[in-house]
Amino acid sequence: MSKEDKPRIGVFVCHCGVNIGSVVNVPEVVEYAKTLPNVEYAVGNLYTCSSEGLDKIKEAVKGHHLNRVVVASCTPRTHEPLFRAACEEADLNKYLFHMANIREHCSWVHSKDPIKATEKAKETVKMAVAKAALLEPQTEPEIEVERSALIIGGGVSGMTAAISLANQEFKVHLIEKEEELGGKLKDLYKLYPNESLSSEVLTEYVQCVRSNGNISVHTSSTVKHVEGFIGNFEVTIGCEGEEKTLNAGTIIVATGAEVFKPHGMYCYGENKNVITQLELEKLMKEKRLGKPKNIVMIQCVGAREGKEGGRNYCSRICCAVAVKNALNLKDVLPETEVSILYRDMQTYGKDFEEQYKKARENFVQFIRYDDVSPPEVCSQSDGRLSVKIHDILVNDTLQLDADLLVLSTPLVQQEEAKELSRLLKVPVGADGFFFEAHVKLRPVDFATDGIFMCGTAHSPKTIAESITQAYAAASRAGIPMALGRVRTEAITAFVDEALCTGCGTCVKLCPYSAIRKDDEGTARVNDVLCKGCGVCAASCPEKAIKMRNFSDSQVIAEATAALGGS
Amino acid sequence: MSGFEPKIIGFLCNWCSYAGADLAGVSRIQYPSNIRIVRVMCSGRIDPVIPLEVFVKGADGVIILGCHPGDCHYSEGNLYEEKKVKMLKKLLALTGIGSDRLKLEWVSASEGQRFAQLVTEFTEQVKKLGPSPVSGKNPNLKILENLQAARNAASGFRLRVLVGREREITEKSNVYDEKMPQEEFDSLLDEVVEAEFIRHKIHLLTRDSSLPIKALAQETELKPDEVLRQIVAMRRRNMITIDHIEGTTPFFKALEVE
Repeated sequence: MSKEDKPRIGVFVCHCGVNIGSVVNVPEVVEYAKTLPNVEYAVGNLYTCSSEGLDKIKEAVKGHHLNRVVVASCTPRTHEPLFRAACEEADLNKYLFHMANIREHCSWVHSKDPIKATEKAKETVKMAVAKAALLEPQTEPEIEVERSALIIGGGVSGMTAAISLANQEFKVHLIEKEEELGGKLKDLYKLYPNESLSSEVLTEYVQCVRSNGNISVHTSSTVKHVEGFIGNFEVTIGCEGEEKTLNAGTIIVATGAEVFKPHGMYCYGENKNVITQLELEKLMKEKRLGKPKNIVMIQCVGAREGKEGGRNYCSRICCAVAVKNALNLKDVLPETEVSILYRDMQTYGKDFEEQYKKARENFVQFIRYDDVSPPEVCSQSDGRLSVKIHDILVNDTLQLDADLLVLSTPLVQQEEAKELSRLLKVPVGADGFFFEAHVKLRPVDFATDGIFMCGTAHSPKTIAESITQAYAAASRAGIPMALGRVRTEAITAFVDEALCTGCGTCVKLCPYSAIRKDDEGTARVNDVLCKGCGVCAASCPEKAIKMRNFSDSQVIAEATAALGGS
Repeated sequence: MSGFEPKIIGFLCNWCSYAGADLAGVSRIQYPSNIRIVRVMCSGRIDPVIPLEVFVKGADGVIILGCHPGDCHYSEGNLYEEKKVKMLKKLLALTGIGSDRLKLEWVSASEGQRFAQLVTEFTEQVKKLGPSPVSGKNPNLKILENLQAARNAASGFRLRVLVGREREITEKSNVYDEKMPQEEFDSLLDEVVEAEFIRHKIHLLTRDSSLPIKALAQETELKPDEVLRQIVAMRRRNMITIDHIEGTTPFFKALEVE
């Protein structure tokens, strides 16, 4: 397509099932889009990102001779690559595509006002169409990818990812903040559901890592500074006061999680007989349990709180952990009464339901309470405990004696995660856990290219799930490293030589040293080094620098299209 | 004015604030629907000309959101934007539209709640300010012309080079190991902003018809000798010329600026 061709824009408005369609009047937006300048074709789709929806884009590009495509749906941060790829398959340069975000920025946040949301969606489409008309085709430079990965966290997830990548002949730097590898495996006793000893599994993993020539282990080390981008990360780590810089093509975040310590709840921290599940496993592992006669476990302690700013999520693993530990207790202390006070029992997953049944057969008591009347714990002077509980299934209040009270608390994000999130420029969600680019399309990727995640740093999960996710992250990280090259965005700056006076302001501003003056004193941009921030263009005294895909006229056209009504 | 729904343009950087706005969506946090969002790669991309053009076209408010200092995906684009916004606010104050219609804030990718809160607060603030004087059917032509003058001033070499170099001048020292104190720079900036605004205002006034000093003094609400001083500077930069002389009064006419 030549630049001179008149824009012929196709607009595809997505219902996203009910996500957009139940708030925004999609047919009205489609009809409105048809009235906009340069729009040749507009249509609504149930799911534009489905293969059917993508086929429709391709067919329309061919059938209606479209030379620009606008999709009004979700955020370009997750879906732009998918739609761009569809354009490319229809022989349309992918930079002739633009997105209007009418889900995250519209239907989801104005769900109580469908009229205003529809108005906003229409204007958002108008803005996107105005920019699309000015888009120009671009080509992408290629960059080389360093064939090494840096994995942060030496627990079971990080070790799994490290072994997987190392076996594919990639170099791996494994960073662990503690003195030893292992993470939470070091504290666990028996692993669910086949009762293998954690210590044996750990030994095997560590041996595998230590004996692999492709893995460099950096213990007692933390990440201090991160520079660069996919293919060429430079990560500075600190180890006992010394700093060193490591190069990596990709980064995997496998920093794990902490067990929530419920200080102030159910006498935890006041009575030494009140402990968490992890502390119970440690006692069993070190054979320091003694012979308690009555053990009571309380589920959902500090989890599923249902209040603003609280830990409102389900930690998923605690039901299975309680069942596992109850069975382990029954194994060593068959005479001991074990009662599990629960809100909802969720022993999901392979073989877990059988364990729950087995626990019932072994006379583990399950008593259901609801969050309106949680258990009340009374600590006596001799350290013994009594628990008052309203059993909602028999509608009766029971009094239980407990020599040991075990609290099932959720996994929570590590303290240091916030700092790491800042260093890597990757997001954490409201629950504090690392946030994937898309739950289904890119479940182990961060939105930032070249950075991946696995294990409980992402969300509470079992060891088996962590291992599975670690393989996934390793496989994702392996792609650019195996190819050895990636294409980078074509959104870069370029200098209009006729206007440049060689003042050098841009040279000083560029954070990547991508601009140099040539022999004639004219500024020149190195396309591969340029990351497209646009700081140079926004400050060039002669306005001689233009941004590809974000020119002044394109940005102004998009913004001012919103003014003057729809 | 009741029932006034302001039109607010938000410029959001791709990496932090746009992701923060996405998170507000994922978390279903409700906020007023007045904002229209334009995604850019970095807040530092927002050339002062862009918000000014948006105000010329009648926006009631402009909010620019970037990463928190230290978090910028491009290391310091947000800090450079801070300097541009400082200059912009000075210009906006001169135009009569006021500087409160422009806001620069930081939102991280994990701050969906903060994003919604900032948008809510800014929408309220702009509602209180009322509609932009240049929006609607009867725009205030004087303020509109002032905004155009401000936009042209912001496209000019003098202001741009000063803003583009502020951090270099005040934070890093030059080859002689000299740094300009911030206060000294700020008063220099005030001076240049004012002078450039007036020059571009005179330039606009004399674009369609030639005018004498007296008329220009009236229009700009300046003393005639001040207008003359600016015209001398403008003639040196080929911004203006003497069109003709009536009696002993010279009439000035703008020259096209390249």
